[in-house]
Amino acid sequence: MPFVTHAPIDVPALLAEVARRDRGGTVVFLGSVRRSEDDGPVEAIEYTAYEEMAEAEFGKIVAEAEVRWPDAGFAVRHRLGEVLTGEPSIAVAAAAAHRAAAFDAARWVVEEAKRRLPIWKRERFDDGSRQWRDGSGVAGASDTA
Amino acid sequence: MPQNDVVQPQVRVRCRFFARYAEVLGTATHELQVPRGTTVGSAVQALRERLPGGQALPKVPLAAVNLEHVDLGHVLVDGDELALLPPLAGG
Repeated sequence: MPFVTHAPIDVPALLAEVARRDRGGTVVFLGSVRRSEDDGPVEAIEYTAYEEMAEAEFGKIVAEAEVRWPDAGFAVRHRLGEVLTGEPSIAVAAAAAHRAAAFDAARWVVEEAKRRLPIWKRERFDDGSRQWRDGSGVAGASDTA
Repeated sequence: MPQNDVVQPQVRVRCRFFARYAEVLGTATHELQVPRGTTVGSAVQALRERLPGGQALPKVPLAAVNLEHVDLGHVLVDGDELALLPPLAGG
């Protein structure tokens, strides 16, 4: 499965990818498009990517995670295109023998994804206006998750 | 009579721009010719000088070459794909 997708994220499919009889702990992280007073009346976020690089970089992150947690399984997706408020834009599933490794591994993959994936977002507000949102401070430095 | 590319060897670099950079430049791609040995940082300087709207690019943007994150000291070779990346905002 490609790691970046224009389709809604299929969480049961991710769970199936990481399931194994010796993995007793599974953590799924979903980062969803958020609406809050700080963010303004966000209706949706449009995600764009340098798709070839995002795919390659996500693959590297998973490969590095598999070295750090050799017995764990990982399934990851990042959605592109317009994602409505409340819908997930990123999903990471990590399954390991025990919960501690599953939590640690899932957290590590999420943080690396946010730090390394060449993906950008443009907010669409209730009134139809749009603005790019990134960590530069122009539109606030917070994020969806 | 030496060939021109021997006297002044050039490398061709395919440049790609994304998100707000593509918007301010009005294009997502540019074919750049620069002298051999040019670094990513010098290529960024050339793009800022040569492209309409190029001054809107930061002097020190995030960059990738051939799908890999690189720093501005990375030396470009013929046929490279150089991408200038606005601050990353995935998730």
